[in-house]
Amino acid sequence: MGVKLNALLKSPWVFHLSTGSCNNCDIEILDCLTPRFDIERFGMVLAGSIKHADVLLVTGSANRQSMERVKRIYEQMPKPCLVVAIGECSLSRGLFIHSYNCPVPIDKVIPVDVYIPGCPPKPEAIIAGVVKLIEKVKASQKEAKK
Amino acid sequence: MARTIVPIGPYHPLQEEPEFFTLTVEGEKVVGIDVRVGYNHRGIEKLSERKNFDQSTFVIERICGICSTSHPYAYTRAVEDVIPMEVPPRAKYIRTVIAEGERIHSHLLWLGLAGHFLGYNTVYMWAWKLREEILDVMEILSGNRNNYAMFTPGGVRRDFKPDDIPVVLKKVDSIVPTLTMLKKAVIDDPVLHARTKGIGVFSKEDAINFSALGPTSRASGIRKDVRKDSPYGAYDQVEWDMIVTENGDVFDKVVLRILEMFESIKIIKQCLDKLPAGEINANIESIPPGEGIGHIEAPRGECFHYVRSDGTNRPVRHKVRAPTFMNLPTYKATIVGQTISDATIILAAIDPCYCCTERVSVRTVKGKKLYSGEDLIKLSQAKTEKIREQLRK
Repeated sequence: MGVKLNALLKSPWVFHLSTGSCNNCDIEILDCLTPRFDIERFGMVLAGSIKHADVLLVTGSANRQSMERVKRIYEQMPKPCLVVAIGECSLSRGLFIHSYNCPVPIDKVIPVDVYIPGCPPKPEAIIAGVVKLIEKVKASQKEAKK
Repeated sequence: MARTIVPIGPYHPLQEEPEFFTLTVEGEKVVGIDVRVGYNHRGIEKLSERKNFDQSTFVIERICGICSTSHPYAYTRAVEDVIPMEVPPRAKYIRTVIAEGERIHSHLLWLGLAGHFLGYNTVYMWAWKLREEILDVMEILSGNRNNYAMFTPGGVRRDFKPDDIPVVLKKVDSIVPTLTMLKKAVIDDPVLHARTKGIGVFSKEDAINFSALGPTSRASGIRKDVRKDSPYGAYDQVEWDMIVTENGDVFDKVVLRILEMFESIKIIKQCLDKLPAGEINANIESIPPGEGIGHIEAPRGECFHYVRSDGTNRPVRHKVRAPTFMNLPTYKATIVGQTISDATIILAAIDPCYCCTERVSVRTVKGKKLYSGEDLIKLSQAKTEKIREQLRK
């Protein structure tokens, strides 16, 4: 597990999955990749296929249509993998908590490692979230060594 | 030739939103297309009915992140139409500035993605870098990068600070040289010409038949723009031109959107110069029973909202028709007959926004009866009555 996780954290490739969000979080994720924020300098690249990805960025409140598909996509992901929930909708459904089509928050569908709140979170917040995720994994590795 | 079906989606790297395309191809040629949406449906119209008129604005704002001004603008206009009332002049100017800022950022976003789809990642990066400047302007003016939360029925929620206006004017001016460079880079590039000229041609007749809206119709030579046709906000008090191009292919849509950004900059600068003093909110006391409509020109076309009030503090019915709802069927005219490698850019050319389109609509078919909830209850009661009579015998 140690070697695998080390390789994973060296340059995590991200896959972006919108499960019924309003586009805002998705655009902010893309913003992270463009010149002003440019997370590519840390080796993070947007992967075109889930089968090439190490980190899954989930946005939006899983609705009845997408719930099954999110599960299926998570199962296709090579393990070990990390999941980041971005935006209020995927955390707690936010404004859509009373909607008939948003039955559960995303962490009831797939396991989530890091939550980034905000509607939408700023690119800075997303980058900070990913850094926290990497630190968390490193810390857990150190503990495991002890 | 044998037909093959190419499924695209619903989760694919082409667009940020989930949607499912089925392309039917004969060899390289596309002969049919079907689009399936519904992966983004959040029941916003119903949600809006359980919130009061002020709260609804924030729900409406989250219909779509890119159009987060267009929808509240149309909604607040619909609510003001119920009363009916006029918004204070300062609020009108502030609304116009915010709406035009959104148009620039939306068009830049689209330009970047279009460049990305064509394999021109340089255009993508330049456009998105420039977009950050506009987002900075919006952050200075409204405090938010994306969901501005500026609109409320009767006016706007925040005033522009006098100190901010020179900063914003300077920033807007600084965008122009880069935008001009981008315009030249896109319009003069021979490869982009080869990839977009004559591709996905949408003729004027088709544009009329499909009732296409916004840039999609204006690129086909139709002079249709809500800002000119039924002016709202401060659009009739500033000078600007409606951009219309003739050919209807992808190239014309690119050029049209780039030129529209220059017009938007013109509008923003004039509005900030002329900004009248006074109230920013009319403070609506109560909303009488009645119905109202509001329509505005969103970056993608006419955005239409309908609100019905029964005198309480909540809308009884709220209907949203986003521009993409009308533009989506135009694929039938543009993509059929093209090669599959051009499908990506043609699908993207209308600047589709599926989040906006995710509404439930009921279609009636001639000769078939559609049962509503009340009809079903009546049917059920009639059956019970029938059984009761049979048992009596």
